Amino acid sequence: MSERENILELKNVVYSFHTYGGEVKAVRDVSYEVRQGEILGIVGESGCGKSVTAQCILRLNPEPPGFFEGGEILYKGQDVLKMSKKEIRKIRGREIGFVFQDPMTSLNPTMRVGAQIEEVFLGRTDVSKKEVKERAMDIMRLVGISDVEKRYKQYPHELSGGMKQRVMIAIALVSRPSVIICDEPTTSLDVTIEAQILDLLLELREKLGTSIIMITHDLGVISRLCDRVVVMYGGKIVEKGEIGEIFYNTAHPYTKGLMQSIAKLDTAKGEKLKPIEGTPPDLFAPPKGCPFAARCEYCMDVCEQLPPEAYTVADDHTTFCWLQHEMAPETDLKKATAKKGEV
Amino acid sequence: MFKYVVKRVIAAIITLWALVTIVFFLVRLMPGDPFTSAKLTKEVAANMRSYYGFDKPLIQQYFTYLANLLHGNFGYSMKYTNKTVNYIIGQTFPYSADLGIRALVMAVSFGLVLGIIAARNRGKKLDFFCVIIAIIGTSIPDFIMGAILQYFFGIKWGLFPVAKYLGFRYTILPATALAFYTLASVSRIMRSSMLEVTSQDYIKTARSKGLSEFRITFKHQIRNAIMPVMTILGPTVAAVLTGTFVIESIFAIPGMGKYYVSSVNENDYAMILGMTVFYGFFLVLCNLIVDIMYGVADPRVRIGKR
Repeated sequence: MSERENILELKNVVYSFHTYGGEVKAVRDVSYEVRQGEILGIVGESGCGKSVTAQCILRLNPEPPGFFEGGEILYKGQDVLKMSKKEIRKIRGREIGFVFQDPMTSLNPTMRVGAQIEEVFLGRTDVSKKEVKERAMDIMRLVGISDVEKRYKQYPHELSGGMKQRVMIAIALVSRPSVIICDEPTTSLDVTIEAQILDLLLELREKLGTSIIMITHDLGVISRLCDRVVVMYGGKIVEKGEIGEIFYNTAHPYTKGLMQSIAKLDTAKGEKLKPIEGTPPDLFAPPKGCPFAARCEYCMDVCEQLPPEAYTVADDHTTFCWLQHEMAPETDLKKATAKKGEV
Repeated sequence: MFKYVVKRVIAAIITLWALVTIVFFLVRLMPGDPFTSAKLTKEVAANMRSYYGFDKPLIQQYFTYLANLLHGNFGYSMKYTNKTVNYIIGQTFPYSADLGIRALVMAVSFGLVLGIIAARNRGKKLDFFCVIIAIIGTSIPDFIMGAILQYFFGIKWGLFPVAKYLGFRYTILPATALAFYTLASVSRIMRSSMLEVTSQDYIKTARSKGLSEFRITFKHQIRNAIMPVMTILGPTVAAVLTGTFVIESIFAIPGMGKYYVSSVNENDYAMILGMTVFYGFFLVLCNLIVDIMYGVADPRVRIGKR
């Protein structure tokens, strides 16, 4: 799995927003990579910077107020941040598709569904009009829209939520991009539709070999879908790696907290879920140490003073936590294999 | 759709009937009547009253009026002897409508463009400029606007005729003065509506498809932003087309405007009713057209099967 080449690489991305209240440091030094044909999960609570980071890839954040303070985003080796507006437009939709969170509001209410899918091809001379229509209809069938001839001419308000999200996925997929970014695609759908959409994404990966970035706050979705996971907190990555490693060899207190706050089938009757106490850090003035320090049950003095270093726990498993330091006390999270190292 | 229009037309007829009824009885509540004037002797006034049927019971007068109205007959004016209300409207309405259409075209086209430009350049100098125009337009009353235009363009620089309505060059100043208020409100509404649409999710979707800014503005923003503008357009069209007292007086245009005021001053029952019904008819018609246009612009409010 890890032999596959990286199609998308984020290196030390720092992204902030100017606001009246000051500068919001939304993304602070985030690095991750997406490999060919893999599904990468990005998990974290609301406002932790996961969506902003993903939108940085296509530069979809409104600029201003948003701006890059540093870093590189390499798509097939080319830095997206150095591209002109025109070059980025060629990547949007064509090379990287984006599925947004809320299908109810993400489709233009005054345009027919078919036209909205076809629009992705606008300005391209390599495909004929007829071909565009065929491809739009094919992709609609592929994402499981029935009665395509009829749906093609309908307006978004005539479709159900699940159908709209399928249309969104069709828009993201129609020009066969190498990567699609799904920003909480099932959050606003009910669970049966959610299951269908997730199955669909898995199936599409099999059929088309598309890499998928799956942004969610639902570990259930992650476990079902993803090959690798990035856990974010307070605008930073706290832990990332192969899914089995993250789930069964958890090395960061925040990841552990996330797992403990989910209801499991074997939870004893009457046993309460364990929430993570406290609230996320204020990104106007982010803590100088570990972002999770204030809520962490293992918190040490060093955590509040210095940002944690990266520790490699296993082959494809990195965590940013002082608990892995050789001088840290023994805890259930401390791994014997952990080595201080670069990402 | 057909059923919907029929329903709306029936509702419109009922509205107009209610309007006629209310106004008919309200005018009679005003002190005096068309013939209470010191110049008329008592006998003459009494003769006039019986000539116009005022001596009959009010309810009978009402039904007579309704019956005439059904034939499209507004009756004789009680002040302009031997002229029917229909004749007066027929003489003056073309001027008002001509002026109104010019003003509307100007107001809507410039208003939309200004609003769009302002929204696209939010917070920049161009936006500021458009906002200033909007503020001037909404805060300066039309009689001052008319006078200013006359003074500078008519008298000082001599570019356009000051008054009268005899040809294209004569229409420019009054149309501009009349357009200004509507232009300003259209641009303000369009600006805020465009800004609201800009932050919608589907604009982000459009951007994620790699569309050009031009395409996003024209195909995705404007069509969604135009609804609030259409809402104010119904009553505005009716008001502007049927003439305005002030602008028409200032520019000496023989339009309908002055009769709104003079008929009330002179207790000219037939004129008051005629003008009101005519205006009401226009208003109802314009609102009906706007409602149908909604469906054209926004498929969500389209009614019935296509």
